[in-house]
Amino acid sequence: MTSADLLLQQVINGLSLGAMYSLLALGFTLVYGIAELINFAHFNVFMVGAMVAMLTLQSFGLVGQETVLTGLPLIGTLGAAFAVAMLVCGGIGVGIERLLLRPLRGVAGPAPMITTIGVSYVLFNVVLLALGSDAKNFPNPLPPIAWRIGGAVLRLREVLIWIIALALMVGLTYFVQRTRMGKAMRATAQDPEAARMMGVEVDRVVMTTFFLSSALAGACGMIFGLYYNLAKVDIGFAAGLRAFTAAVLGGIGNVPGAMLGGVVIGLIEAVSGQTVGTAWADVIIFGLLVLVLIVRPAGLMGRLAPNKS
Amino acid sequence: MSPDPAPLLQFRGVNTHYGDLHVLKDVNYSIAPGEIVSLLGGNACGKSTTMKTIMGLVRPTTGTVLFEGKPIERLSTSARVARGIAPVLEARRLFPRMTVFENLEMGAYTRQRDARFDEDLERVYGLFPRVKERRAQLAGTLSGGEQQMVAIGRALMARPRLICMDEPSMGLSPLFVEQVFDIIQAINRQGTTIFMVEQNAAMALQVAHRAYVLQTGVVVLSGTAEELRRNEDIRQAYLGEMAVGTAT
Repeated sequence: MTSADLLLQQVINGLSLGAMYSLLALGFTLVYGIAELINFAHFNVFMVGAMVAMLTLQSFGLVGQETVLTGLPLIGTLGAAFAVAMLVCGGIGVGIERLLLRPLRGVAGPAPMITTIGVSYVLFNVVLLALGSDAKNFPNPLPPIAWRIGGAVLRLREVLIWIIALALMVGLTYFVQRTRMGKAMRATAQDPEAARMMGVEVDRVVMTTFFLSSALAGACGMIFGLYYNLAKVDIGFAAGLRAFTAAVLGGIGNVPGAMLGGVVIGLIEAVSGQTVGTAWADVIIFGLLVLVLIVRPAGLMGRLAPNKS
Repeated sequence: MSPDPAPLLQFRGVNTHYGDLHVLKDVNYSIAPGEIVSLLGGNACGKSTTMKTIMGLVRPTTGTVLFEGKPIERLSTSARVARGIAPVLEARRLFPRMTVFENLEMGAYTRQRDARFDEDLERVYGLFPRVKERRAQLAGTLSGGEQQMVAIGRALMARPRLICMDEPSMGLSPLFVEQVFDIIQAINRQGTTIFMVEQNAAMALQVAHRAYVLQTGVVVLSGTAEELRRNEDIRQAYLGEMAVGTAT
């Protein structure tokens, strides 16, 4: 492999990581935009998503990478696993909001944020007790199709991950920009009281936001499993921290910013891992974050003092 | 005005509290269909609390708020908007990063998107040609006067029976203040009742049919605009003061 091939290969890897971080970052940014809350439960909702997707695939009789499916069975199986993971995670998100955060709405200070940290621990320990701490072989029924581009290899799974992530992001953008509920979400993010005066039911908006954000984390868990052939109880922390960094880098509360931030961080992680050393990836990511925040404190696409006229 | 029509909006013995702070004290208002009624008073006298009580952001501790003869004080804000009460908020409060058109859509949020939506949109564009020109622009990029037009248009999109305006002239140049009050009268002539909180008492008493004067949460005076304009206390307390402070 020439160095150009290596770079291309790392760009391919970086875009896959970036797709994952973007989806996860969107969840942080959506909830922050509406509720001005960093939802630390998001880390482990993502992990639960990976586990639920794994159990769903196993329930179809898939074990590890032995069973390879093609055509409709492949699409059906993957589609079902995505759907189940997204619905279960969306449900968890709604539950967290409805049962634990809504009673705290209007409570000043960090109580809601601390609550989400607590929920994160609960989710972690429930999965730990139920499934154990070992690394699990995530079923992957994708046929081993790959294309050579120069010296680099592009696998079917990467293409699939890009397509799914792109479809989810386009879908989310359409929802937020064009639908009635999406417009209510934007209005609430910009001026909650004025939105309420227009007749927006803010409770429903907040609940929808938690559902969407957590469902994206579920999809992201499935993508993680397909990419690494692995699911483990502690995957939430590293991925979640990078995704959170991506959301801040892009400008927290800003939807395109989260997408951009995720891709940037994925690319940096892959390319710096190759050229400088894997151990340095975090140093470079967080170093960049600090630099960007010095120059643009609101992030790449964020605004300072967002909505007060 | 017919002599004694059934009121569209009525406050009966309304008291409100913020914690220990007693804001509205046994307040009674009665607004008949087709009227422009103005609420006058200095700072922190309970004018904004009145608006919030009508819209349901503040609940009365005792007393009743009636709309079309039915109590509404337990209804959600959304249900009140659906029944035909629309606000024009203090300082306009548009959604700055949504387009002018999307802001108008938000005004119609509680309604189904039917043929009448387009009808109402045309009506707003007819009243405010400038709003039509700017419909694709982000609301935050408009001038204060243009924003006030959008804010009024947004309220009209709810197809309201009653529009509650909180300080419609605030922050506008004198020329624009004139325009806004002309528009308020035009909307009123088309059949919408208007309840308006206003610091600019001189202007308010020119367009309003009647007015209430609120002082530290108590209605101290009420009457037709004509009567209040001639009232010596009002002249001293509000109109004289306004002559000095008109430019605000």
